[in-house]
Amino acid sequence: MSDQPILQLRGVNKSFGAVHVLHDVDFAAYAGKVTALVGDNGAGKSTLVKCIGGTYTIDSGSYEFEGTSQHVSDPRDAAALGVEIVYQDLALCENLDVVQNMFLGRERLRGIVLDEESMEIAASDTLKSLSVRTLKSVRQRVSSLSGGQRQTVAIAKAALWKSKVVILDEPTAALGVAQTAQVLELVRRLADQGTAVILISHNMLDVLQVADTISVLYLGQLAATVNRADVNQTQVVELITTGRSGNLGLQPIGTITGASA
Amino acid sequence: MTPEFAKPATAAEAETASDDTAAAATTLPTGSSVGAYLHNYWQRIRGGDMGSLPAVAALVVLFLVFSVAESGFFTKANFASLITQAAPGILLAMGLVFVLLLGEIDLSAGTTSGVGGAVVAVLLMKNWPWPLAVLLALVVGAAIGLLIGWMRTFLRVPSFVSTLALFLGLQGVVQIVVNSAGTQGNVSLNSEALVALENSNMPQWAGWLMAAIVIVGYAAQKLLAVNARRRRELPTEPVLVTASKVGGIAIVAIVFTLVLNLNRAVNAGGGTKIVQKDGKLVSEKVAAAYLGGVPWVVPVILVLVVVLGFVLSRTRYGRHVYAVGGSDEAARRAGIRVNTVRISVFVICSMLAVVSGVVLASQTAVNASQGGGNTLLLAVGAAVVGGTSLFGGKGKITDAVVGGAVVAVIINGMADLLQGKNNSAWQWIVTGLVLLLAATVDAVSRRRAGSTGVG
Repeated sequence: MSDQPILQLRGVNKSFGAVHVLHDVDFAAYAGKVTALVGDNGAGKSTLVKCIGGTYTIDSGSYEFEGTSQHVSDPRDAAALGVEIVYQDLALCENLDVVQNMFLGRERLRGIVLDEESMEIAASDTLKSLSVRTLKSVRQRVSSLSGGQRQTVAIAKAALWKSKVVILDEPTAALGVAQTAQVLELVRRLADQGTAVILISHNMLDVLQVADTISVLYLGQLAATVNRADVNQTQVVELITTGRSGNLGLQPIGTITGASA
Repeated sequence: MTPEFAKPATAAEAETASDDTAAAATTLPTGSSVGAYLHNYWQRIRGGDMGSLPAVAALVVLFLVFSVAESGFFTKANFASLITQAAPGILLAMGLVFVLLLGEIDLSAGTTSGVGGAVVAVLLMKNWPWPLAVLLALVVGAAIGLLIGWMRTFLRVPSFVSTLALFLGLQGVVQIVVNSAGTQGNVSLNSEALVALENSNMPQWAGWLMAAIVIVGYAAQKLLAVNARRRRELPTEPVLVTASKVGGIAIVAIVFTLVLNLNRAVNAGGGTKIVQKDGKLVSEKVAAAYLGGVPWVVPVILVLVVVLGFVLSRTRYGRHVYAVGGSDEAARRAGIRVNTVRISVFVICSMLAVVSGVVLASQTAVNASQGGGNTLLLAVGAAVVGGTSLFGGKGKITDAVVGGAVVAVIINGMADLLQGKNNSAWQWIVTGLVLLLAATVDAVSRRRAGSTGVG
């Protein structure tokens, strides 16, 4: 963890009208690492992710990407940096096949004609590099794929575009046991290829299995960022539910100067 | 990398194994044997992706039934008139395919075609050259499409409502345009070229030339596609399948041209007529008449099928049309300009409606109720019967041709089959039933596709 984070947010605040959702949040993601972002409902996970993805603009604080300060106020800004969000509802077109979905909006052309062959090869290669063996054919329609296979396609799409930061929003929420294992394996491989993966999940088992670093949000504040190796499940759950666990996390009001501000 | 990662690999393999038995219908060939190809095709049909298959089957059945039941149906002359009857509906349905692909509807396409026909007819009366008259009518059509698209995307008026309003309003516009000609509610096209579309035929050689172009063009396109995939070492469809597709097209093109080139004149063999000569009745020889050839409207439809089919299946724009039809949220997130695509399909639909209106005007004259009534519904029926989904995302330009042919065969066949005062009533009922059947097949196959997708 000594190297520079690829994405670094410092002191981020975000309010919606009178509601102050994010308080001075620091967050970092590292190339080749899986950073889990956990927290209870309403802790501000989605808001933070949308700030990273450019759907929301941060009110104050800094957004640094590869060491340089960025102003991200539009999803296209984030996409241009190489930040890709894989939403829970996946955003795939069921009537199109795997290749067509992976290249959607960025189709390769030969003249004015779609270069189907080159797209098919590139899609196959990406899936192969991620050791995906669950797809029978890249020319299958997405409507014929299972939930896990769809998640695989969505993640592979991010890999295809050499995204530097990939944010996965609850990738295993709707999956069975085998499919969950398969998707987590894919998440690991994506990180091993050098991508910074941010994993949002409610499932502690998933988080503990795949994450390198865990950032816990508690009521809009960053409770703690811990190494996976340093914590157990009980501690993480405590951090999520109470904001602290032993000497980890937010300290009771008054013990730290300025914490009550 | 955490050490627990030995296990998931086996879990993933477990799923691979279970998936091998599941359906894996693909959009492009993956199997190299004929058996695998047919298996894939069967999986697609089982998954509810039947395409034009039911319509082709219906066409064959209807042809057989009418041919047996009715002496006037299976004749050379009727075959030619079937084509000219079907043409306006096919053209209208082609435009509707674009709109239906987005899960939208254009109820005003019929009256837009009426406006197109009326505008062209009136301009021709004022001695405009026909290309200019058609061009202006196309501009009017594009404007109508823009209006619908704008209302849909910016005002968020559902296309069902806005086009219903236009359906009513444009009927008035047709009347005003037709009345402006001052010819008592009827204007015929004052242009030989346009009247020829539905009333004249290509010379025999031109018909054969067209058939040759179709066969060679289709074969060349197929070979190029197979070659491109083979060069990149991608799986191609079996040679036998390619060959039978090309052979099938060749047979259809040849039979089609052959039948239409046959002489369908009533006195094809020549004959005699009785004339009065020097106060006596004498029988005199009459030269054999020839009426034959492919109607001129056929190449018009063919060119549009090729161009629009190319746009839909081979260009980025076409891909985006399917994407928006499949999920406009996914399309938006992929950076596709969803609103532009949505407006464009309405523009295309309205412009094709104008083309259809011109062809209809070529067939009959333009009257004040042109394009109203059943015109539109039959065209929607044609597209859906052909296999285009009402729910968006699924359909091809050829669906309009096959579906349009089915609808035309029903109307043509029923017209003579049932005599008596309820003749037209039964036409309505049967056409309605066919549309209902097609919509049901569409809905059920959609549900099947949904259910086979899980697991």
